[in-house]
Amino acid sequence: MEQKAKKGRSIISIIKNLRRFRKPSIRAVVPERLFEKCDGCGELVSKSSVEKRLFTCPECDYHFNISAKARMDMLLDEYTVINRLPRFTNPIDFPGYKVKYRENRKKSGLKEGILGVEGYIEGIRLVAVSLDNSFFMGSMGSYIGEEVARAFEYAGKRDLPILVFSTSGGARMQEGIFSLMQMAKTSIAVDRYGETRNLYISCMTHPTTGGVTASFASLGDVILAEPGALIGFAGARVIKETIKGELPKGFQRAEFLRDRGFLDDIVHREHMRDYIHRLLKLHGYRSCRI
Amino acid sequence: MIRELEERLKELEGKEKNLRLLRIKRRRIISKYGSKLIPYDRVQLARHEKRPKAKDFIENIIVEPMFFHGDRLFADDKSIIGGIGYLEDIPVTFIGTNKGRTLEENVKYNFGMPKPEGYRKALRLMKQAEKFNRPIITFIDTPGAYPGVDAEERGQGEAIARNILEMSRLEVPIISVFTGEGGSGGALALSVANRIIMMENSIFSILSPEGFATILWRDGSRYREATEVMKLTSRELYDYNIVDRVIEEDISFSLKDFENNFLRLKRAIVEELDGLMEKTSHELVLERQDKYRKIGGEL
Ligand SMILES: [Zn+2]
Repeated sequence: MEQKAKKGRSIISIIKNLRRFRKPSIRAVVPERLFEKCDGCGELVSKSSVEKRLFTCPECDYHFNISAKARMDMLLDEYTVINRLPRFTNPIDFPGYKVKYRENRKKSGLKEGILGVEGYIEGIRLVAVSLDNSFFMGSMGSYIGEEVARAFEYAGKRDLPILVFSTSGGARMQEGIFSLMQMAKTSIAVDRYGETRNLYISCMTHPTTGGVTASFASLGDVILAEPGALIGFAGARVIKETIKGELPKGFQRAEFLRDRGFLDDIVHREHMRDYIHRLLKLHGYRSCRI
Repeated sequence: MIRELEERLKELEGKEKNLRLLRIKRRRIISKYGSKLIPYDRVQLARHEKRPKAKDFIENIIVEPMFFHGDRLFADDKSIIGGIGYLEDIPVTFIGTNKGRTLEENVKYNFGMPKPEGYRKALRLMKQAEKFNRPIITFIDTPGAYPGVDAEERGQGEAIARNILEMSRLEVPIISVFTGEGGSGGALALSVANRIIMMENSIFSILSPEGFATILWRDGSRYREATEVMKLTSRELYDYNIVDRVIEEDISFSLKDFENNFLRLKRAIVEELDGLMEKTSHELVLERQDKYRKIGGEL
């Protein structure tokens, strides 16, 4: 399988496409060095070879963490951002939240942990959303919940398919009950979008946990994941403490979930664009290009 | 402070044999303590082993309850109890997360922590309610969804997500009552309702105070501090418009002393239900979904 990924037909089209796109940003993923140690296999791998494979390891296929922007850059022909600018709010007046929020902005260079866009894959118009775990671990607060809901409404109104990439540490603790309620808000947005009979593709990436797993991410018409992604509701440490024992091998990994019936498929990042394109076509969405 | 209050009441009961005087003195002590309760005391009350559990609430509010079992898929989760009965003269479906009083009972009920089969059992009963046009009343007292290997293997996240979505679109009135502890997505998965009622000394939060302190400060022993900042009491949540109604409680440590609380709750449920039953199924769904759509949306 992995060999195919390297040498298959799709890689050619991806490299071709890459040239056409803006180059994916490499923020916080592979530092400005020629070689990088892979978290998957521990090998030193060249930065350029990793980048060429859309930030996957040439040795072991480990999928490096990427930003929401890099995700859009590698996936879409072109796009425009549809998010509103986030304004800081502190719904339960949580002490120290503002400071922590500012720190996260500074550290990540992001305004919030979500990017929502309208764009094209091979000329097919769609809405795409990606969480970004470099900001507050992708935790879902009111802003993210609201933007997810709005993206579904935006897509529904325009009869567009929607594609959502999740990565999240769970709830934004500092927003307390308001964070919890975003699970209901986003799930309801999925339900209402479903009434328009348009396609919702959910793709879980490493890691997707807590309230995001237990809401919109698990409600796709088609649910995909990247190889090796950690996906679960409860945290591994809490489970270990509760059961007072070891966790089974591969626990809460994408492959584990697929084998237990919770994922439609696991898709290598290099095949993702192709895969989604095929899904869109099969659901009757057509290219706008003449 | 709760232990102290309990001790004083016990002491009084041993000393005062005149029933009328006992009642007066009891009230005096309780009101003295009641006005000083901090959020941590409420947490202790919500979790108190002598506090009536969901099953007690159901048996005191629903007439002739019939308890049903199983999710028709995998198992019967004992932490979820549910079935049908009358609320006054209205047939309703009721669902509760049950805890025990003793260790043995708690093991049986898994400390009120449902697994996916529990959420799917609840959903099955709720769909049945919709089919027969019965209102749904849920009684929530859970630390949260069970964090275990088997629960994850059977899709805890999917089960919760599915319940939230399906509950939001059920075409019958739904009233959720928080009777004790309401923790995390595990509580939300049973409380996407037209009306949320909280007993005065119940709590509702994103996570248990212990879990919250562990995640935020990497120190679970700071749970007391967590209760001060989490905004998990009924009054605080009422002020945030998360909760529609708070039922005033006489603090009590026995089923018998809880009678007035049950009565007040029952009256409130009937009143809310009367209003909801006049709405069309379309209105019920629209209003329920809109309510959640708006939370935290004033950004
Ligand atoms: Zn590697």
